[in-house]
Amino acid sequence: MSIAITTQIICFIVLSLIVLVGALGVVLLESIVYSAFLLGGVFMSVAGLYLLLNASFVAAAQVLVYVGAVNVLIIFAIMLVNKKEDLKPINDIKSRRIISTLICVTLLSLLIRVDLTNVWNLASPQNSIGEESTIRIGEHLFSDYLLPFEVASVLLLMAMIGAIVLARRDVMTKDISTGLPVDQELIEKSSEPLLTNKN
Amino acid sequence: MEYGLDLEYSFNEFLKGFGLSSEIAHIIWLPLPMLLVLVAAVVGVLVTVWLERKISAAAQQRIGPEYAGALGVLQPIADGLKLLVKEDIIPAKADGILFTAGPILVLVPVILSWLIVPFGQNLLISNVGIGIFLWIALSSIQPIGLLMSGYASNNKYSLLGGLRAAAQSISYEIPLALSVLAIVLMTNSLSTIDIVNQQSGAGILSWNIWRQPVGFIVFWICALAECERLPFDLPEAEEELVAGYQTEYAGMKFALFYLGSYINLILSALLVSILYLGGWGFPIPVELIAKFLNLPINAPFIQVFTASIGIVMTVLKAYLLVFIAILLRWTTPRVRIDQLLDLGWKFLLPISLANLLITAGLKLAFPQFFGG
Repeated sequence: MSIAITTQIICFIVLSLIVLVGALGVVLLESIVYSAFLLGGVFMSVAGLYLLLNASFVAAAQVLVYVGAVNVLIIFAIMLVNKKEDLKPINDIKSRRIISTLICVTLLSLLIRVDLTNVWNLASPQNSIGEESTIRIGEHLFSDYLLPFEVASVLLLMAMIGAIVLARRDVMTKDISTGLPVDQELIEKSSEPLLTNKN
Repeated sequence: MEYGLDLEYSFNEFLKGFGLSSEIAHIIWLPLPMLLVLVAAVVGVLVTVWLERKISAAAQQRIGPEYAGALGVLQPIADGLKLLVKEDIIPAKADGILFTAGPILVLVPVILSWLIVPFGQNLLISNVGIGIFLWIALSSIQPIGLLMSGYASNNKYSLLGGLRAAAQSISYEIPLALSVLAIVLMTNSLSTIDIVNQQSGAGILSWNIWRQPVGFIVFWICALAECERLPFDLPEAEEELVAGYQTEYAGMKFALFYLGSYINLILSALLVSILYLGGWGFPIPVELIAKFLNLPINAPFIQVFTASIGIVMTVLKAYLLVFIAILLRWTTPRVRIDQLLDLGWKFLLPISLANLLITAGLKLAFPQFFGG
């Protein structure tokens, strides 16, 4: 076995371990801030897996979009609205956890089954396009994948309009979802201290 | 376009002469340029810190550091040593893990970005195809480190500084990427080598700054904002936030932030010189001079000479920009947060979008000048 292949296998094992452990941590950890930062780590290791597959453009795009934009905004939002709230204890927490675990395991087994039964049409390493993939992706985005690409931007536009509506509640007198009159003062004053008290 | 020195090839051939396999030779080669660039970056920081001290002194009619070495050149080393031996404090109520990981996350992407900085045709660590896009992607990781250290310090000033840093970095990344996109459009490539070669046709006349004046200014403003330099140093505004996300840091962890911000400044200056000022190109093309003097361009001594001119030119252009950045820092007041966001979203973003559109139009109209 050559040195290059050994390095690749080691990288693959390390990255997959980070993805698996990190993803479990995102779900299982109590602290939402730790979950958010771990999510960033998971996104980074997925980008690393893309790099191992010779898809450097996809890897960089993954870092830019998921780590640089999505994850930063998630952390940003968590820190802006980090209120210390005493949540009410839920009575049937155990049965809820069992049910959600069951659902997740079922989904996982379905995915594993798809992975095992499907015949994947893999290109041999000799045929991989490597650096040229940037150009190919561009061509596809502007020809046969143009419509999905543009529809995705409509989704982002909707999210943006939603954010503006939420942020500019003062222009509306009634809450959209509940129909109650909007508390105009709420926008101006921050009633809670920004930082939580750490235990 | 295979001309100029190829040190990697010569080195590998040299090692193969001792009977080593090409794989082993490659592994021995790999750390060398990385170490070299790391050392270059740190030395660059020392020089910039000294320049900052001296130029700020001149701007305020002081003398500045004088006793540590001639003209105070050893002052930055003394600063570094002081930070190195200082006690490393983690505040009692801070979050230890995140507090330690924050500065690392700020520094590592900046150093990784040096991967794509070319000092000559073959004088860079790796000519990756996605080139400049890699830098944009990597620089978007930094705000996570800033948010992390701001949160972990468990201090209101720190948290506000971290949030400001993230908001600023997200706002200015978009016009930055758009102005880079206009250059990429003209080059037909993301690789930094291709971007420089595209400007090497007629010396100073073919530099991108003449074809992209608006892009140049937008990029420079955004780069300063990404580096958190005054007039955009709101995240650490000392009069309002003590020192922003750095407030609780001491010793080597603080030094990592310090190092990160200066390496980022030099990196931005280098990238401006690569994108807009012809990279390693001499104002008059070296090939033209060689032809004028009847010298063969492929002769070894000419190649060594052109390579050293290339390195000198890149560093010179970068330090000229660093000088402008330092002058700006010591002569301009800080903008307010609303002015900062207004400038980013309401001015730079539309301007860079228009610049991109006009570049695309000009490329279609005059393909010989704007890269067909």
